Amino acid sequence: MSAIPTDGGVLRESLLPSAEKREKLRKTRMFRDALSRYGVGSGGIGVIFALALIFLYLFYETLPLLKPVSVEQAYSYALPVDETASPTLHLTVDRFEEIGGRFAESGAITFFQASTGRILSSVRVPLPEGVTITGFGRSETRKSLFVYGLSDGSVLPLKVDYDLTYPAGVRVITPRLSYPLGEQPIRVGERENDDEAVDYSALTIVEGRGGYVVAAGTREGEIAMALFSTSTSMLSGTVEIRRQDFRLPALGKPVRQLLVNESLRNLFAIDEDGVLHHFDIVNRGNPVLVETVALTRPGVDVRVAEFLVGSRSLIVGGSDGSLTQWMLVREDGGNVQRLALIREFRRHDAAITFIEPEHSRKGFIAGDESGTVGLHYATSSVTLKFLKVVDAPVERLAISAINSMALVEGRGTASLQVLRIDNPHPQTSLSGLWGKVWYEGRDGPAYIWQSSSADDAFESKLSLVPLSIGTLKAALFAMLLSTPLAIAGAIYTAYFMSAPMRKLVKPSIELMEALPTVILGFLAGIWLAPYIENNLPILLIGLVIFPLGILAWGFAWSRMPASLRNSVAGGWEAAMLIPVVIVLGWIAVTLSPWAELAFFDGSMRQWLTSVGITYDQRNALIVGLAMGFAVIPTIFSIAEDAVFNVPKHLTQGSLALGATPWQTVVGVVLLTASPGIFSAVMIGFGRAVGETMIVLMASGNSPIVNFSIFEGMRTLAANIAVELPETAVGSTHFRVLFLSALVLLAFTFVLNTAAEVVRQRLRKRYASL
Amino acid sequence: MKQWWKSGAPWIWLNGGAVSISIIMVFGLLALILVRGFGHFWPHSLVSTTYVQPNGEQVEVIGQLRKSETLTAQSLRDAGLKLPEEQRLVTRHLFKLANRDVTGRDFSYMVENFLGEWTYPKDITAFERREWGDFYGQPLRLLERGEVVASGDGVWPALQERLQRSNRIFDEVRKIERVEIGNINFRLERVRLDQRRAELRGELNDALRAQFDERRRALNTEYEELQERLNALIADMRRDAVVMRVAGGKEVTVGLNTIVKAWQPNNMSVIAKVGFYIEAFYDFMFGFPREANTEGGIFPAIFGTVVMVLVMSIIVTPFGVLAAIYLREYAKQGPLLKAIRISVYNLAGVPSIVFGVFGLGFFVYVLGGAIDSAFYPEALPAPTFGTPGLFWASLTLALLTLPVVIVSTEEGLSRIPSTIRMGSLALGATKGETLWKVVVPLATPAMMTGLILAIARAAGEVAPLMLVGVVKLAPTLPIDGNFPFIHLERKIMHLGFHIYDVGFQSPHAEAAEALVYATALILVLLIVLLNLSAISIRNHLREKFRAESD
Repeated sequence: MSAIPTDGGVLRESLLPSAEKREKLRKTRMFRDALSRYGVGSGGIGVIFALALIFLYLFYETLPLLKPVSVEQAYSYALPVDETASPTLHLTVDRFEEIGGRFAESGAITFFQASTGRILSSVRVPLPEGVTITGFGRSETRKSLFVYGLSDGSVLPLKVDYDLTYPAGVRVITPRLSYPLGEQPIRVGERENDDEAVDYSALTIVEGRGGYVVAAGTREGEIAMALFSTSTSMLSGTVEIRRQDFRLPALGKPVRQLLVNESLRNLFAIDEDGVLHHFDIVNRGNPVLVETVALTRPGVDVRVAEFLVGSRSLIVGGSDGSLTQWMLVREDGGNVQRLALIREFRRHDAAITFIEPEHSRKGFIAGDESGTVGLHYATSSVTLKFLKVVDAPVERLAISAINSMALVEGRGTASLQVLRIDNPHPQTSLSGLWGKVWYEGRDGPAYIWQSSSADDAFESKLSLVPLSIGTLKAALFAMLLSTPLAIAGAIYTAYFMSAPMRKLVKPSIELMEALPTVILGFLAGIWLAPYIENNLPILLIGLVIFPLGILAWGFAWSRMPASLRNSVAGGWEAAMLIPVVIVLGWIAVTLSPWAELAFFDGSMRQWLTSVGITYDQRNALIVGLAMGFAVIPTIFSIAEDAVFNVPKHLTQGSLALGATPWQTVVGVVLLTASPGIFSAVMIGFGRAVGETMIVLMASGNSPIVNFSIFEGMRTLAANIAVELPETAVGSTHFRVLFLSALVLLAFTFVLNTAAEVVRQRLRKRYASL
Repeated sequence: MKQWWKSGAPWIWLNGGAVSISIIMVFGLLALILVRGFGHFWPHSLVSTTYVQPNGEQVEVIGQLRKSETLTAQSLRDAGLKLPEEQRLVTRHLFKLANRDVTGRDFSYMVENFLGEWTYPKDITAFERREWGDFYGQPLRLLERGEVVASGDGVWPALQERLQRSNRIFDEVRKIERVEIGNINFRLERVRLDQRRAELRGELNDALRAQFDERRRALNTEYEELQERLNALIADMRRDAVVMRVAGGKEVTVGLNTIVKAWQPNNMSVIAKVGFYIEAFYDFMFGFPREANTEGGIFPAIFGTVVMVLVMSIIVTPFGVLAAIYLREYAKQGPLLKAIRISVYNLAGVPSIVFGVFGLGFFVYVLGGAIDSAFYPEALPAPTFGTPGLFWASLTLALLTLPVVIVSTEEGLSRIPSTIRMGSLALGATKGETLWKVVVPLATPAMMTGLILAIARAAGEVAPLMLVGVVKLAPTLPIDGNFPFIHLERKIMHLGFHIYDVGFQSPHAEAAEALVYATALILVLLIVLLNLSAISIRNHLREKFRAESD
């Protein structure tokens, strides 16, 4: 007791702190209180904000998919011309958008700064004495191959490369000409020995698989071509070029344009009337005319046709401003490929004058007589933008490899227009993501997800339909198993089960929820899938034998002597059934091979194949079983709560009025608890939709569009897990994956919120009852 | 019968059946994992028998029986096997034959019809090897530098003795390679980064450059010394070899340096088997993986999981608790708060892969990229934090488990009787004091429950981690002896991902299956343990409050 000092009996000053001290203490306490208030407040709001950030960020990442394309006329400058000022044959711009190139009819190639038009260098194509340029042809833009037709009847192929050097750490781009087929002009089509001058009206060069093709057509309708097969010698490493020349059957009309695809199998010759002649040139000695196709409506002229990147499909521009896409399609499973019209684009108002395909994707830019430039994209079949650039007809166009700069020259104008294009995601239109699309190399429109391939010219197929269908399919089969089991189990546990047993059962089933899904997926893929494949009848037997067996046991039990029945308290039926179910399971396993012998010719797996049902080892059935297992505890737990919390006086009232327990369940309990059960099912469905690991491991992950129980699927979630680590940051594919994550998030969030609202209402109703 | 039907009893039985089926599924699954997982370490007997191959040739078989199954004869006939017409059912056995490098296939199904008598010769020896999986055979001679030193019955004791020696040397080699050479590489990289940093800041001069060269030279000398020691040890380890007779009579020489462990399962007593079992289990828990993770231990995966979960706990606890306190104690209650609360709760039901996508996009690319350009410019373009790693994995999981902690803490706070709160306020305490000195301490068990549930969820989560930092094989552990000791930017291994990777992406999926079961078992045990402790804390807590509020 040291509180009151007793020395001398005099009370010393109070133990309470002095007034100032108290004042100070109060201040610190107030300060601390405020600190706590604002600290907790900012912390709490920060956490809520962080969670909200998930929405915002996913939205932010997918937003660029919706951004409209912007094209602006950035600047213009005088046409960079050499001293002869001859007309332009062709325009290019390099992939860094620094250097433009202009090919002139005089044989000069002028390289200029793309941003200012300042001439950097000018080179001349090495022409023999006294020879002038009379024709010009080119390969696909990305290959940068060109061919000049010369007045003496020969042709000169050449290639433009850009060398990159880094002197003093600064990037310097130097254009360089090279001659893949030699610096000397060549003659094509067995004309080697005569010196006859030929005026070529159409020229083309292609670098394809294993070689080059140079083809030339005349105003008389004759077509000659030369095939240069290249092979690298194993010993010396030198490239050997073998040459073959041949002629095609004459068209009888002047050749306007020649196109050879990369496979070097098909040659398309377009004549003056706009009719396309399709030759099969696989057999070099004997080219065959496969078909002639009118590319435009009668009375409309074909102005220009170009391959899209990869040369699998052809864009045709007509004199009425129409733009159509044509592709080789296999006819009804036959081996003959014929050219088919697969889509039309929005029409320009005037005749098309020039088409320039993009270098790395299936878009193109087209110019017309009125000076308007249009941006189109094939896969999503959209026209992204029209922009009137010049007052004269568009003469030449060039687009850079990264699709953000284009050069436009108007006919007769002495200036060059530079367009800045911002068009990162042309493929993701609503119809591109959700509609049927006729992709290159396919026989018809389809929903396909195939995001990447090794090939540069690959058309990525980003249809979300197969993934959404797969997600729904997996979730539906899972719900098919889990809903009846979980709801029936919940009703029994909440209403009939004895209290001590319930205390054991509820936590065990809830423990199931904590089981990592990777383990369920592993067991489903490694253990269950092969087992079910070898013992397919088990499922059919199980479907019959479990309900019947349980009922039979129940009936038998009711016929047992009363003394035995009374020895087991009510509410232990489930415990009694455990050995029964185990025995039934064992019976199903034993019966399975005999059922196969009796009904399925000894092997149900084979039998399925023979009746035309595809069976994948990892399929919707396996996913349904494994994911159903994962969803049972979710549904069970919530539904059990809803049933258990039905006010007791309702059920007791019903029982007192003479209803049997089961009548009470159906008439009173289920009716009252149905919103709760409904919300349990919704939450379970939400979980099934977003589950990743089980589907990833047990479904086979093939993005197919059907609801067959014996085939696999690929879900949105599994697709993200598989593809997101491998995709390029910021690409269309990357953003589409973010979009699918956003779709998942929004879907489950709405589902869960609805379920939560239903539950809260139910709770209020219980309280008021 | 009709009356029984009318009473509704059948429906009750059916509902009860649903519960029984669910219970059997849960415990059946656990039992399956337990049996297969624990079975992995048991030294099973090795069978010696003969098999008549489909081409009529009879071969000798030495192997371990993995499983037996009964199929219809027709399904095997469809697969091209000739079976007697009258036979309807067929039993076939899956044998592990090991010796992957000798025969090319280490597992084979054999139909019982064509198997000879099963015997269990005592001298069949199994080796666990560092490469090519297990090896089964009968020892013939023991060699030292090519000279025979033991043969016949003398081989086995001598083999065990010499194996201990070679394993001792191997441990030393492993220590030098993993720890000492690893350290030198780490320090060399640091020198490079220091130099680059100086260069970026424009401080690099000749004196400094000479200093860096000097540091580099010293490390290289150290490295060469280690390398020399290593070469000597490796040569020494290769001294002994054993000549084995494999099934079919061929003789194969196996270097002792390639053997991890040798045992003769048919010659072991039950006690010896138990001892072997415990040792194998220990090796599994604390060993490093080999052969693309399909053999050896899972220590890095356990370690990675634990470290990641710990870092996550450190992040999630304060924030989760703060948010819960804010929602319950400070925020103005109203419809807006109700909406926020429902949203936060609902985030627990959002697919985990969505969190992974967010983690990869925002944490790794946005935050990580910003950290890299601000603090680690010397390492660019190689990313330090701008790539998936431990910290981002933990942060993503923290976000994922926030709702769990918030819900649990809020529940704890709401359970505290208002009388206690009123009492504190009546005595003059401020709101803050009441909160931190009275309410929060009382709610700690609830927070603990939340945290444990969060840990259990995090430990089992795999899908988001595949995106934000878990890899199949991490070269280094996230914690080691090099400054700053905890390397938050490193990639880690994880038990759950290990299961996915080894079970589905490994070249020897069949051989690895048992190991995956064992890994799954460890993960299940960990999670069941965590959940049970959470449940018991929660129950304990309820009792306690019931007592206190009375």
